[in-house]
Amino acid sequence: MSFLFDVFTVMTVSTGVFFFLAGSIGLLRFPDALSRLHALTKADNVGLGLVMLGLLPRAGGLLAGLKLFVVWLLVLLASSIVSQMIARVARRGGSSS
Amino acid sequence: MTGASALALVLALLLVSIAAWTVVTRRTFAAVEGFVAYGLLLSIAWVALSAIDVALTEAAIGSGLTGVLLIGAAARLRTTEAALSTERAGALLRWLAAIASAVVAGAIAVGVLSLPDPTPTLAPAVAEHLPSIGLGNAVTAVLLAYRGIDTLLESIVVVFALIGVWSLAPDPLWGGYPGPRQQADPNGILAYLARVLPPIGVIVGLYIFWVGADLPGGKFQGATILAAMWLLPMMAGLADAPPISRTWLRILLVAGPLLFIAIGFAGALTAGAVLAYPDGYAKLLIKVIEAALMPTLTLSLALLMAGAPERTMR
Repeated sequence: MSFLFDVFTVMTVSTGVFFFLAGSIGLLRFPDALSRLHALTKADNVGLGLVMLGLLPRAGGLLAGLKLFVVWLLVLLASSIVSQMIARVARRGGSSS
Repeated sequence: MTGASALALVLALLLVSIAAWTVVTRRTFAAVEGFVAYGLLLSIAWVALSAIDVALTEAAIGSGLTGVLLIGAAARLRTTEAALSTERAGALLRWLAAIASAVVAGAIAVGVLSLPDPTPTLAPAVAEHLPSIGLGNAVTAVLLAYRGIDTLLESIVVVFALIGVWSLAPDPLWGGYPGPRQQADPNGILAYLARVLPPIGVIVGLYIFWVGADLPGGKFQGATILAAMWLLPMMAGLADAPPISRTWLRILLVAGPLLFIAIGFAGALTAGAVLAYPDGYAKLLIKVIEAALMPTLTLSLALLMAGAPERTMR
Protein backbone atom coordinates (compact mmCIF):
# COMPACT_ATOMS: atom_id res chain seq x y z
CA MET A 1 0.00 0.00 0.00
CA SER A 2 2.77 2.45 0.92
CA PHE A 3 4.47 1.54 -2.38
CA LEU A 4 1.30 2.58 -4.24
CA PHE A 5 1.27 5.85 -2.30
CA ASP A 6 4.91 6.44 -3.24
CA VAL A 7 4.13 5.86 -6.92
CA PHE A 8 1.18 8.26 -6.63
CA THR A 9 3.39 10.91 -4.98
CA VAL A 10 6.14 10.63 -7.55
CA MET A 11 3.66 10.76 -10.46
CA THR A 12 1.65 13.77 -9.27
CA VAL A 13 4.62 15.80 -8.01
CA SER A 14 6.47 15.17 -11.29
CA THR A 15 3.42 16.28 -13.28
CA GLY A 16 3.18 19.35 -11.05
CA VAL A 17 6.85 20.14 -11.62
CA PHE A 18 6.22 19.81 -15.37
CA PHE A 19 3.51 22.48 -15.13
CA PHE A 20 5.90 24.75 -13.20
CA LEU A 21 8.54 24.21 -15.87
CA ALA A 22 6.04 24.91 -18.66
CA GLY A 23 4.83 28.02 -16.81
CA SER A 24 8.38 29.29 -16.38
CA ILE A 25 9.22 28.70 -20.04
CA GLY A 26 5.99 30.47 -21.00
CA LEU A 27 6.90 33.39 -18.73
CA LEU A 28 10.23 33.73 -20.49
CA ARG A 29 9.12 33.03 -24.07
CA PHE A 30 5.58 34.41 -24.51
CA PRO A 31 5.39 37.73 -26.35
CA ASP A 32 3.11 39.92 -24.20
CA ALA A 33 2.09 40.47 -20.61
CA LEU A 34 -1.34 38.82 -20.85
CA SER A 35 -0.15 35.52 -22.30
CA ARG A 36 2.79 35.48 -19.86
CA LEU A 37 0.28 35.84 -17.02
CA HIS A 38 -1.72 32.99 -18.52
CA ALA A 39 1.35 30.75 -18.47
CA LEU A 40 2.30 31.79 -14.95
CA THR A 41 -1.11 31.16 -13.40
CA LYS A 42 -1.15 27.64 -14.85
CA ALA A 43 1.97 26.91 -12.80
CA ASP A 44 0.35 28.32 -9.66
CA ASN A 45 -3.02 26.64 -10.07
CA VAL A 46 -2.38 23.24 -11.61
CA GLY A 47 1.30 22.81 -10.77
CA LEU A 48 0.99 23.65 -7.09
CA GLY A 49 -2.31 21.76 -6.92
CA LEU A 50 -0.66 18.59 -8.21
CA VAL A 51 2.35 18.99 -5.90
CA MET A 52 -0.06 19.47 -2.99
CA LEU A 53 -2.07 16.42 -4.08
CA GLY A 54 1.06 14.31 -4.31
CA LEU A 55 2.22 15.35 -0.84
CA LEU A 56 -1.16 14.59 0.80
CA PRO A 57 -0.41 10.88 1.50
CA ARG A 58 2.83 11.97 3.19
CA ALA A 59 1.27 14.77 5.23
CA GLY A 60 0.98 12.55 8.28
CA GLY A 61 -2.55 13.20 9.43
CA LEU A 62 -5.81 14.81 8.42
CA LEU A 63 -5.00 18.20 9.95
CA ALA A 64 -1.64 18.52 8.18
CA GLY A 65 -3.29 17.48 4.90
CA LEU A 66 -6.00 20.08 5.43
CA LYS A 67 -3.31 22.72 6.02
CA LEU A 68 -1.67 21.80 2.71
CA PHE A 69 -5.04 22.14 0.99
CA VAL A 70 -5.65 25.56 2.58
CA VAL A 71 -2.18 26.72 1.49
CA TRP A 72 -3.11 25.81 -2.08
CA LEU A 73 -6.45 27.66 -1.81
CA LEU A 74 -4.71 30.78 -0.47
CA VAL A 75 -2.14 30.70 -3.26
CA LEU A 76 -5.01 30.33 -5.77
CA LEU A 77 -6.72 33.38 -4.28
CA ALA A 78 -3.53 35.44 -4.24
CA SER A 79 -2.37 34.46 -7.73
CA SER A 80 -5.74 34.98 -9.40
CA ILE A 81 -6.15 38.42 -7.83
CA VAL A 82 -2.59 39.53 -8.50
CA SER A 83 -2.81 38.39 -12.12
CA GLN A 84 -6.10 40.28 -12.55
CA MET A 85 -4.46 43.43 -11.21
CA ILE A 86 -1.38 43.04 -13.39
CA ALA A 87 -3.59 42.33 -16.42
CA ARG A 88 -5.59 45.50 -15.72
CA VAL A 89 -2.43 47.59 -15.56
CA ALA A 90 -1.08 45.92 -18.72
CA ARG A 91 -4.29 46.61 -20.64
CA ARG A 92 -4.64 50.19 -19.46
CA GLY A 93 -0.98 51.02 -19.94
CA GLY A 94 -0.85 49.13 -23.22
CA SER A 95 2.53 47.84 -22.12
CA SER A 96 3.76 45.43 -24.76
CA SER A 97 7.08 44.65 -23.14
CA MET B 1 25.68 13.89 -4.00
CA THR B 2 22.63 13.60 -1.78
CA GLY B 3 19.37 15.41 -2.46
CA ALA B 4 19.88 17.77 0.47
CA SER B 5 23.34 18.90 -0.58
CA ALA B 6 22.18 19.28 -4.21
CA LEU B 7 19.35 21.53 -2.98
CA ALA B 8 21.82 23.49 -0.83
CA LEU B 9 24.14 23.96 -3.80
CA VAL B 10 21.34 25.14 -6.11
CA LEU B 11 20.04 27.50 -3.41
CA ALA B 12 23.51 28.93 -2.80
CA LEU B 13 24.10 29.48 -6.53
CA LEU B 14 20.68 31.13 -6.97
CA LEU B 15 21.23 33.33 -3.90
CA VAL B 16 24.63 34.53 -5.05
CA SER B 17 23.41 35.22 -8.60
CA ILE B 18 20.31 37.14 -7.45
CA ALA B 19 22.44 39.10 -4.99
CA ALA B 20 24.90 39.98 -7.75
CA TRP B 21 22.06 40.93 -10.11
CA THR B 22 20.49 43.16 -7.43
CA VAL B 23 23.76 45.05 -7.11
CA VAL B 24 24.58 45.23 -10.81
CA THR B 25 21.18 46.17 -12.24
CA ARG B 26 20.76 49.85 -13.11
CA ARG B 27 17.03 50.27 -12.53
CA THR B 28 16.02 50.93 -8.92
CA PHE B 29 12.75 49.04 -9.28
CA ALA B 30 14.46 45.97 -10.73
CA ALA B 31 16.93 45.99 -7.86
CA VAL B 32 14.03 46.01 -5.40
CA GLU B 33 12.40 43.08 -7.21
CA GLY B 34 15.69 41.22 -6.98
CA PHE B 35 15.90 42.01 -3.28
CA VAL B 36 12.41 40.57 -2.63
CA ALA B 37 13.18 37.39 -4.58
CA TYR B 38 16.50 37.16 -2.72
CA GLY B 39 14.67 37.36 0.62
CA LEU B 40 12.21 34.62 -0.34
CA LEU B 41 15.03 32.34 -1.50
CA LEU B 42 16.91 33.12 1.70
CA SER B 43 13.92 32.00 3.76
CA ILE B 44 13.90 28.70 1.82
CA ALA B 45 17.59 28.39 2.71
CA TRP B 46 16.75 28.95 6.39
CA VAL B 47 14.07 26.25 6.16
CA ALA B 48 16.67 23.91 4.65
CA LEU B 49 18.85 24.69 7.69
CA SER B 50 15.87 23.85 9.98
CA ALA B 51 15.78 27.45 11.26
CA ILE B 52 12.02 27.92 10.79
CA ASP B 53 11.84 30.94 13.12
CA VAL B 54 14.47 32.78 11.11
CA ALA B 55 12.78 31.73 7.85
CA LEU B 56 9.44 33.14 9.00
CA THR B 57 11.05 36.41 10.07
CA GLU B 58 13.03 36.69 6.83
CA ALA B 59 9.93 36.07 4.71
CA ALA B 60 7.70 38.40 6.73
CA ILE B 61 10.04 41.27 7.58
CA GLY B 62 13.21 40.89 5.53
CA SER B 63 11.50 40.20 2.24
CA GLY B 64 7.84 41.24 2.64
CA LEU B 65 7.85 44.36 4.77
CA THR B 66 11.22 45.74 3.71
CA GLY B 67 10.33 44.88 0.12
CA VAL B 68 7.13 46.93 0.25
CA LEU B 69 8.98 49.83 1.89
CA LEU B 70 11.62 49.72 -0.86
CA ILE B 71 8.96 49.52 -3.61
CA GLY B 72 7.39 52.67 -2.14
CA ALA B 73 10.79 54.36 -2.04
CA ALA B 74 11.56 53.31 -5.62
CA ALA B 75 8.21 54.68 -6.80
CA ARG B 76 8.98 58.01 -5.13
CA LEU B 77 12.47 58.13 -6.58
CA ARG B 78 11.27 57.37 -10.11
CA THR B 79 10.93 61.05 -11.07
CA THR B 80 14.47 61.87 -10.01
CA GLU B 81 16.12 58.63 -11.10
CA ALA B 82 17.14 59.89 -14.56
CA ALA B 83 18.74 62.99 -13.06
CA LEU B 84 20.57 60.90 -10.47
CA SER B 85 22.05 58.46 -12.96
CA THR B 86 23.82 61.32 -14.78
CA GLU B 87 25.85 62.15 -11.69
CA ARG B 88 27.29 58.72 -11.04
CA ALA B 89 30.39 58.39 -8.93
CA GLY B 90 33.74 58.23 -10.72
CA ALA B 91 35.38 54.97 -11.79
CA LEU B 92 37.99 55.16 -9.03
CA LEU B 93 35.40 55.58 -6.30
CA ARG B 94 33.29 52.72 -7.66
CA TRP B 95 36.31 50.42 -7.83
CA LEU B 96 37.27 51.34 -4.27
CA ALA B 97 33.72 50.58 -3.09
CA ALA B 98 33.74 47.25 -4.95
CA ILE B 99 37.12 46.28 -3.48
CA ALA B 100 36.06 47.29 0.05
CA SER B 101 32.84 45.22 -0.26
CA ALA B 102 34.72 42.23 -1.65
CA VAL B 103 37.28 42.40 1.18
CA VAL B 104 34.53 42.52 3.83
CA ALA B 105 32.65 39.61 2.19
CA GLY B 106 35.90 37.63 1.89
CA ALA B 107 36.83 38.29 5.53
CA ILE B 108 33.38 37.08 6.66
CA ALA B 109 33.71 33.97 4.47
CA VAL B 110 37.17 33.20 5.89
CA GLY B 111 35.83 33.76 9.41
CA VAL B 112 32.91 31.39 8.91
CA LEU B 113 35.02 28.72 7.18
CA SER B 114 37.73 28.78 9.86
CA LEU B 115 35.30 28.16 12.72
CA PRO B 116 36.42 25.13 14.77
CA ASP B 117 34.55 21.91 14.11
CA PRO B 118 32.28 21.23 15.97
CA THR B 119 31.25 24.88 16.14
CA PRO B 120 31.17 26.18 19.72
CA THR B 121 27.53 26.47 20.68
CA LEU B 122 25.36 27.30 23.65
CA ALA B 123 22.43 25.34 22.20
CA PRO B 124 22.67 22.37 24.60
CA ALA B 125 22.78 24.75 27.57
CA VAL B 126 19.67 26.55 26.28
CA ALA B 127 17.84 23.28 25.63
CA GLU B 128 18.75 22.03 29.11
CA HIS B 129 17.16 25.02 30.83
CA LEU B 130 14.04 25.24 28.62
CA PRO B 131 11.83 23.40 31.16
CA SER B 132 12.66 25.92 33.90
CA ILE B 133 11.37 28.74 31.67
CA GLY B 134 8.32 26.74 30.63
CA LEU B 135 8.70 27.41 26.91
CA GLY B 136 8.94 24.81 24.16
CA ASN B 137 10.55 27.05 21.53
CA ALA B 138 14.25 27.62 22.22
CA VAL B 139 14.32 30.69 19.94
CA THR B 140 11.62 32.46 21.97
CA ALA B 141 13.49 31.50 25.15
CA VAL B 142 16.71 33.06 23.85
CA LEU B 143 14.91 36.18 22.59
CA LEU B 144 12.95 36.91 25.76
CA ALA B 145 14.79 35.18 28.60
CA TYR B 146 18.51 35.11 27.75
CA ARG B 147 18.78 38.06 25.41
CA GLY B 148 15.82 40.09 26.66
CA ILE B 149 17.76 43.35 26.33
CA ASP B 150 18.21 42.81 22.57
CA THR B 151 14.52 42.15 22.05
CA LEU B 152 13.60 45.17 24.17
CA LEU B 153 15.84 47.44 22.11
CA GLU B 154 14.50 45.89 18.87
CA SER B 155 10.93 46.69 19.78
CA ILE B 156 11.93 50.27 20.73
CA VAL B 157 13.85 50.70 17.48
CA VAL B 158 10.70 49.99 15.46
CA VAL B 159 8.84 52.76 17.31
CA PHE B 160 11.82 55.10 16.82
CA ALA B 161 11.79 54.32 13.10
CA LEU B 162 8.12 55.26 12.98
CA ILE B 163 8.87 58.53 14.79
CA GLY B 164 11.60 59.12 12.24
CA VAL B 165 9.14 58.65 9.36
CA TRP B 166 6.56 60.89 11.02
CA SER B 167 9.14 63.61 11.59
CA LEU B 168 9.39 64.01 7.80
CA ALA B 169 5.97 65.68 7.91
CA PRO B 170 5.88 69.40 7.16
CA ASP B 171 4.72 71.48 10.14
CA PRO B 172 1.16 72.22 8.95
CA LEU B 173 0.48 68.53 8.41
CA TRP B 174 1.81 67.35 11.78
CA GLY B 175 -0.77 65.20 13.50
CA GLY B 176 -2.64 64.54 10.26
CA TYR B 177 -3.43 61.40 8.30
CA PRO B 178 -0.44 59.37 7.06
CA GLY B 179 0.05 58.89 3.33
CA PRO B 180 -2.32 59.71 0.50
CA ARG B 181 -5.92 58.50 0.71
CA GLN B 182 -6.01 55.42 -1.50
CA GLN B 183 -8.64 55.39 -4.21
CA ALA B 184 -9.69 52.07 -5.65
CA ASP B 185 -12.76 50.66 -7.32
CA PRO B 186 -15.05 49.68 -4.40
CA ASN B 187 -16.31 46.74 -6.47
CA GLY B 188 -12.86 45.92 -7.82
CA ILE B 189 -10.75 42.87 -7.24
CA LEU B 190 -8.53 44.54 -4.63
CA ALA B 191 -11.54 45.53 -2.54
CA TYR B 192 -12.73 41.93 -2.83
CA LEU B 193 -9.39 40.65 -1.52
CA ALA B 194 -9.44 43.26 1.26
CA ARG B 195 -12.79 41.85 2.38
CA VAL B 196 -12.00 38.14 2.00
CA LEU B 197 -8.43 37.83 3.23
CA PRO B 198 -8.29 39.76 6.56
CA PRO B 199 -10.51 37.33 8.55
CA ILE B 200 -8.20 34.47 7.52
CA GLY B 201 -5.03 36.53 7.93
CA VAL B 202 -5.94 37.82 11.39
CA ILE B 203 -6.45 34.26 12.62
CA VAL B 204 -3.15 33.15 11.07
CA GLY B 205 -1.34 36.17 12.56
CA LEU B 206 -2.73 35.59 16.05
CA TYR B 207 -1.99 31.85 15.77
CA ILE B 208 1.63 32.49 14.78
CA PHE B 209 1.97 34.90 17.72
CA TRP B 210 0.41 32.47 20.20
CA VAL B 211 2.20 29.35 19.02
CA GLY B 212 5.57 31.15 19.30
CA ALA B 213 6.01 29.92 22.89
CA ASP B 214 6.31 26.30 21.82
CA LEU B 215 6.74 26.20 18.04
CA PRO B 216 8.29 28.46 15.38
CA GLY B 217 6.50 31.79 15.35
CA GLY B 218 6.27 34.81 17.58
CA LYS B 219 5.28 38.42 17.91
CA PHE B 220 7.32 39.91 15.03
CA GLN B 221 6.04 37.42 12.44
CA GLY B 222 2.48 37.57 13.78
CA ALA B 223 2.51 41.38 13.93
CA THR B 224 3.73 41.61 10.33
CA ILE B 225 0.80 39.48 9.14
CA LEU B 226 -1.67 41.55 11.19
CA ALA B 227 -0.16 44.76 9.82
CA ALA B 228 -0.53 43.43 6.27
CA MET B 229 -4.16 42.57 6.97
CA TRP B 230 -4.72 46.16 8.09
CA LEU B 231 -2.85 47.66 5.15
CA LEU B 232 -4.93 45.68 2.66
CA PRO B 233 -8.24 47.52 3.36
CA MET B 234 -6.23 50.77 3.48
CA MET B 235 -4.80 50.13 0.01
CA ALA B 236 -8.21 49.11 -1.30
CA GLY B 237 -9.62 52.43 -0.07
CA LEU B 238 -12.02 50.67 2.33
CA ALA B 239 -10.36 52.04 5.46
CA ASP B 240 -8.15 54.96 6.37
CA ALA B 241 -5.13 55.11 8.63
CA PRO B 242 -5.76 56.99 11.88
CA PRO B 243 -4.32 60.52 12.21
CA ILE B 244 -1.03 60.26 14.06
CA SER B 245 -2.22 62.63 16.78
CA ARG B 246 -4.76 60.12 18.15
CA THR B 247 -4.13 59.50 21.87
CA TRP B 248 -5.09 55.79 21.78
CA LEU B 249 -2.64 55.25 18.95
CA ARG B 250 0.23 56.87 20.82
CA ILE B 251 -0.57 54.98 24.02
CA LEU B 252 -0.60 51.63 22.21
CA LEU B 253 2.65 52.50 20.42
CA VAL B 254 4.57 52.99 23.67
CA ALA B 255 2.62 50.52 25.84
CA GLY B 256 4.55 47.43 24.73
CA PRO B 257 8.10 48.70 25.30
CA LEU B 258 7.02 50.47 28.53
CA LEU B 259 5.52 47.27 29.95
CA PHE B 260 8.65 45.37 28.90
CA ILE B 261 10.82 47.92 30.73
CA ALA B 262 8.55 47.84 33.80
CA ILE B 263 8.63 44.04 34.02
CA GLY B 264 12.38 44.17 33.39
CA PHE B 265 12.99 46.51 36.32
CA ALA B 266 10.55 44.59 38.49
CA GLY B 267 12.84 41.62 37.86
CA ALA B 268 15.60 43.50 39.70
CA LEU B 269 13.47 43.38 42.86
CA THR B 270 11.83 39.96 42.51
CA ALA B 271 14.46 37.89 40.71
CA GLY B 272 17.71 39.66 41.48
CA ALA B 273 18.55 41.07 38.05
CA VAL B 274 17.12 43.51 35.53
CA LEU B 275 15.13 41.63 32.83
CA ALA B 276 15.16 38.44 34.94
CA TYR B 277 11.91 36.67 35.68
CA PRO B 278 10.95 35.23 39.10
CA ASP B 279 10.86 31.43 39.31
CA GLY B 280 7.70 29.89 37.91
CA TYR B 281 6.45 33.13 36.31
CA ALA B 282 8.79 33.21 33.32
CA LYS B 283 6.34 31.88 30.73
CA LEU B 284 3.44 34.00 32.00
CA LEU B 285 5.54 37.19 31.99
CA ILE B 286 6.99 36.42 28.56
CA LYS B 287 3.50 35.95 27.12
CA VAL B 288 2.33 39.18 28.81
CA ILE B 289 5.26 41.09 27.30
CA GLU B 290 4.66 39.55 23.86
CA ALA B 291 0.94 40.32 24.06
CA ALA B 292 1.68 43.95 24.93
CA LEU B 293 4.27 44.20 22.14
CA MET B 294 1.82 42.82 19.54
CA PRO B 295 -0.29 46.01 19.16
CA THR B 296 2.86 48.15 19.31
CA LEU B 297 4.55 46.19 16.55
CA THR B 298 1.41 45.81 14.41
CA LEU B 299 0.69 49.55 14.53
CA SER B 300 4.33 50.57 14.01
CA LEU B 301 4.87 48.24 11.06
CA ALA B 302 1.59 49.19 9.36
CA LEU B 303 2.11 52.93 9.93
CA LEU B 304 5.71 52.70 8.70
CA MET B 305 4.16 51.56 5.40
CA ALA B 306 1.47 54.23 5.49
CA GLY B 307 4.24 56.85 5.64
CA ALA B 308 4.56 60.40 6.87
CA PRO B 309 1.45 62.55 7.42
CA GLU B 310 0.32 64.03 4.11
CA ARG B 311 -3.22 65.19 4.90
CA THR B 312 -4.45 67.54 7.64
CA MET B 313 -7.21 66.78 10.08
CA ARG B 314 -10.49 67.97 8.67
